[in-house]
Amino acid sequence: MALRTVPPATVGARPRRSRGVRNPARWAHVPLGLTALVLLFPFYWTVVMATNTNADFYRRPPEVVPGTHLLDNVSSVLTSLNFFGSMANTFIVAASVTVLVLFFDSMAAFAFAKYEFPGKRFLFALMMLFFMLPAQLSTVPQFITMSELGWVGTLQALIVPAAANAFGIFWMRQYIASAIPDEILDAATVDGCGFFRQYLLVVLPVIRPGLAFLGIYTFVAAWNDYVWPLIVLVNPDMLTLQVALSQLNTTRGTDYAVVMAGALMAIVPLVVVFLLFSKQFVADSVKGAVR
Amino acid sequence: MSSAGVDRGFRRVSAKPPVRAGAPRGRLRFWPQYVAVSPFFLLFALFGLFPVGFSAWLAFHRWDGLSPVTFAGLEQFRFLAADPTFRKAVVNTIVIWVLSTVPMLVMSLAIAALLNSVRRFKTFYQVVLFLPSVTSIVAIAIFFKAIFNNRVGLVNQVLEGIGLPAVEWLNGWWTIKIVLALLMTWQWVGYNAIIYFAGMQAIPGEVYEAAKLDGAGPLRAFWSITVPMLRPVILFTVIISTITGLQTFTEPQVLFGTNAAVNPNSGGPGQAGLTMVLYFYQQAFNYNNYGYGAAIAYGVLAIVGVFALVNWRLVARSEK
Repeated sequence: MALRTVPPATVGARPRRSRGVRNPARWAHVPLGLTALVLLFPFYWTVVMATNTNADFYRRPPEVVPGTHLLDNVSSVLTSLNFFGSMANTFIVAASVTVLVLFFDSMAAFAFAKYEFPGKRFLFALMMLFFMLPAQLSTVPQFITMSELGWVGTLQALIVPAAANAFGIFWMRQYIASAIPDEILDAATVDGCGFFRQYLLVVLPVIRPGLAFLGIYTFVAAWNDYVWPLIVLVNPDMLTLQVALSQLNTTRGTDYAVVMAGALMAIVPLVVVFLLFSKQFVADSVKGAVR
Repeated sequence: MSSAGVDRGFRRVSAKPPVRAGAPRGRLRFWPQYVAVSPFFLLFALFGLFPVGFSAWLAFHRWDGLSPVTFAGLEQFRFLAADPTFRKAVVNTIVIWVLSTVPMLVMSLAIAALLNSVRRFKTFYQVVLFLPSVTSIVAIAIFFKAIFNNRVGLVNQVLEGIGLPAVEWLNGWWTIKIVLALLMTWQWVGYNAIIYFAGMQAIPGEVYEAAKLDGAGPLRAFWSITVPMLRPVILFTVIISTITGLQTFTEPQVLFGTNAAVNPNSGGPGQAGLTMVLYFYQQAFNYNNYGYGAAIAYGVLAIVGVFALVNWRLVARSEK
């Protein structure tokens, strides 16, 4: 399952506290804590494997605490593949896609949320239909299009098709519809603000929390994207991190210490970003489209 | 989702868009709106609509990307209907989907209910629940490959440690599917729990108060209030899980990518991890059977469509 196709909690939950209704059940911390342990365990074990030697992996019983061989493993990763190059590629793609998606999606969402224009319902329905179509339907022709454009093996083959998406427009539309009161827009119109000035001066400042959420979400999805980069990035010097990692898995598949060090290096930047913004992320996904 | 207060229609839109004096009349005055939505629709035309149509055309032709295109008519669909490998892939995909989605969504619901009942550490739990879904599938698949290693994997060491026989996880028809299902469950169970939790937060407390006055215990309240009121959210997660679960690709591709005995995209021993989309990828991009690949893609679309529809009917019917 790719994160890209799974929208976050846009259930539009309007958080309403219901204190004193459900008694806070303390025993619930036991199953919740166990769940947390199970979910966190792979991160811990990845660190264990990445910091020990491959021989430790094959030992019985296995090493259960982090070791001291992280740097050896990391340098093996760096000699096996162009890690920092891949990371730079991934960052360029994810950052460009995020900026473009935020701009295009929020602007389209503003038009869909607050304006009537001929064909609006049809266009919106068409967009939602596209959202439902499986990606494989367009994979082969997209690859052919890319080779006609001469974009095979280039980063714009990853950036341009992802520069606007139906999910983001749908989600931002919900957000703008409820976050921007019509009265403000009416007042702006009276003051002589047209569509684009309303977007820049009124809408953008108000929807910053929504943009933050969509931005993190888009960045994560682009960072972790795998299938399309695997197909279109035929040049071994121009890989993204996920493809590079899968190649490390293929070529060094038996050296678990090195492969897990690579996996660790690929997820740490993202986990750090997530933890930095997690408050925003969690709060916004729970609040959904309603502020 | 309507019960959760989402503006689904267009009711907030001002009935009459204000028009400035001197602004152009007719359709022309809507140009800013058309400009605003045009980036998506331009990309949509080039990378969405055109490819889908082109795929349809390809499905009726044979093409390897180099030789001249030849017309095949319905031949590829006929071949698809009789293709034993595609059948294998369909069965694999459905078994993996059932093994992962059903337990996962039940667990998500339970976790969400538990989370809704506690007062402390809520944010901590939410961060932990979200964490797997922002982790790369490739890294996680490699991790599962390591701990389910047939000989020295952690899981087998633990099994042997408590006196049970080791299992050749990545060799058996069922065990391969179980590992894939566990992987997908681990990655998405918390994510779905957060979605359910968000839905639960939207249920007004008064409903529970009334139920309590009527003598309903917490379990009764869960079945009679929480689950029915979450139905739109549950429907949403079931549909999304179906669409994405039936398109599983990365997990088996990475898990068995080193199994080059037949083909790197064979889906592992006995092709037990060969999913529909992995088969599509193998045909289209390993063997350059673009036409047949397109036919498979339409087969996947048909199957996903049928399943989404059945889900929809099932969940919608339970409403009555």
